[in-house]
Amino acid sequence: MAANDNVAGTVKTVRAAKRGSSSYERKMSLYGFLFALPWILGILIFSAYPLVMSIYYSFTTYSILDPGQWVGGGNYKDLMADGTFWISIYNTLYYTFISVPLNILVGVGLALMLNTKIRGQGIYRTIFFLPSLVPAVATTIIWLWLLNPQFGLVNYWLEKIGISGPGWLGDEHWSKPSLILMGVWGVGQAIVIYLAGLQDIPQDYYDAAEVDGAGTALKLRHITLPLMTPVIFFNLIMGTIGAMQNFVLPYTLTNGTGSPANSLTMYVMYLYQNAFNYLKMGYASAMAWILFLIVALLTVLIFITQKRWVHYQGKE
Amino acid sequence: MKNMTAQRSKNLVTHLFLILFGLFFLSPFLWLVSTSLKPDTELFLWPPKWIPSTLMWSNYPDAIGYFPFFTYLRNTLGITALATIGVLLSCPVVAYSLARIPWKGSKPLFGITLILMMLPYQVTMIPIFIVFKKLGMVGTNVPLWLPAFFGAPFYIFLLRQFFMGLPRELEDAGRIDGASEMRIYSRIMLPLCKPALLTVALFQIIGSWTDYQGPLIYLSDESQYTLMLGLSSFLTQHGAEWQMMMAANVMITLPIIVLYFVVQKAFIQGITFSGIKG
Repeated sequence: MAANDNVAGTVKTVRAAKRGSSSYERKMSLYGFLFALPWILGILIFSAYPLVMSIYYSFTTYSILDPGQWVGGGNYKDLMADGTFWISIYNTLYYTFISVPLNILVGVGLALMLNTKIRGQGIYRTIFFLPSLVPAVATTIIWLWLLNPQFGLVNYWLEKIGISGPGWLGDEHWSKPSLILMGVWGVGQAIVIYLAGLQDIPQDYYDAAEVDGAGTALKLRHITLPLMTPVIFFNLIMGTIGAMQNFVLPYTLTNGTGSPANSLTMYVMYLYQNAFNYLKMGYASAMAWILFLIVALLTVLIFITQKRWVHYQGKE
Repeated sequence: MKNMTAQRSKNLVTHLFLILFGLFFLSPFLWLVSTSLKPDTELFLWPPKWIPSTLMWSNYPDAIGYFPFFTYLRNTLGITALATIGVLLSCPVVAYSLARIPWKGSKPLFGITLILMMLPYQVTMIPIFIVFKKLGMVGTNVPLWLPAFFGAPFYIFLLRQFFMGLPRELEDAGRIDGASEMRIYSRIMLPLCKPALLTVALFQIIGSWTDYQGPLIYLSDESQYTLMLGLSSFLTQHGAEWQMMMAANVMITLPIIVLYFVVQKAFIQGITFSGIKG
């Protein structure tokens, strides 16, 4: 104990002495800078410069093949008149607004059930987590087969309970629900985060509630769910950002076409088509900035609602 | 007594729900494996058949013969290895600077790192492509691993949080002994953050292995393709031969699942750590 105090004392003195000396500060500044140098270069090369150029390109007709012309707000104006652009926005928002809340509902529900002392917990957890490890292209192939209208397992099961299944990915009314269904299949990573959140809730709260005679439903409503809100908040933000940028699934499902009837043309897919199929790099850059604005706007909106429903422990 | 029966029936309901959802999560895997072992005559049976009459193990070597599997495997492994080495070299040094070295730049740099974590990939995608195009590197795999050597915001954030949690006394002891910053970093701090480094390596391995968009943008020559590009072109070329596609699918997905089982603990830690513990 005494020895420890002594060492701590010495360390404090040394630290204070070193803080005071300007040569020490200079040395640390140099080291700090040198250690961070790869990242400083990384930011300049792969973020700062591209960001500036991206803004510039968005005001030009840049196409790689030719340097393009300055068109001012022309790209943005053309986008407003571009029907496919609006379809892609509609599809993307439709997907985001349904899949994100649905994934939270299923994820939290499953996490709550997995958090009870139940047999076979490890097996259940593994089963729910595995799909989130499957690469998107592989997921596409599996679900194309499962949702095949004629020979697919899903319609076979529906038939068994007396429902004549839809055409799924081949039917423009069912293609987006199909995509949403595939998204739910990958909810495992979120479940892991919810479970960690659940395990952070102090047992004392429940003990106290039980003394007061609270049942399962009351405990869920007044302890578990409020204390889960920070984690749900985190998943809501990350889920929204992710859903807005959904690319690989719709792209591989439709071989880049967004068919049927453009019902799976997602925003980022249309951006990709413009940039790399039609080489309209300027136009696509303008789309990227509009995406950035929409994502930022949604994030800010979620943050604004935070005060109403997110509870932080010890802040009440 | 009454309590116990209530508990038991509650457990029963929970089990019922978990089994129902479990089927939804598990059956695509079983169907994948089942299809991959079917003779082509049993693909389109109605009602579907779960267990093939003969297990066609030959679908696997046949599927490999359908596309240059080993070339794609080698390409994927090369990109994955380089990108993983890249992030392991660059990210911990930067994270150490942000977390443990007292200097003026660390706070603003950390702020920028957080902002960049939020920035949609699409915003910088086009100018970065144009730069690589001008450098003559489009059509090579360089753009798929080179940026990793200059740090990645998410990993830097993750490692910084980890470094923040280590006791100050460790490096003070080193500084009193007159060790250089480089020595303190490489001999004391870096070995301590092995679990976090493992998490970063895992994320990068999976990220590179499953990446589709990057290779799609940068690779055009089939000899350069990765497994993911191979799998998606398999889909467009042999779309009706489901048994072959599923066999290829199993072979490309299985390594990740095996990796998960080998390092399960670090995986879960990594996800929760990156999720909320930050």
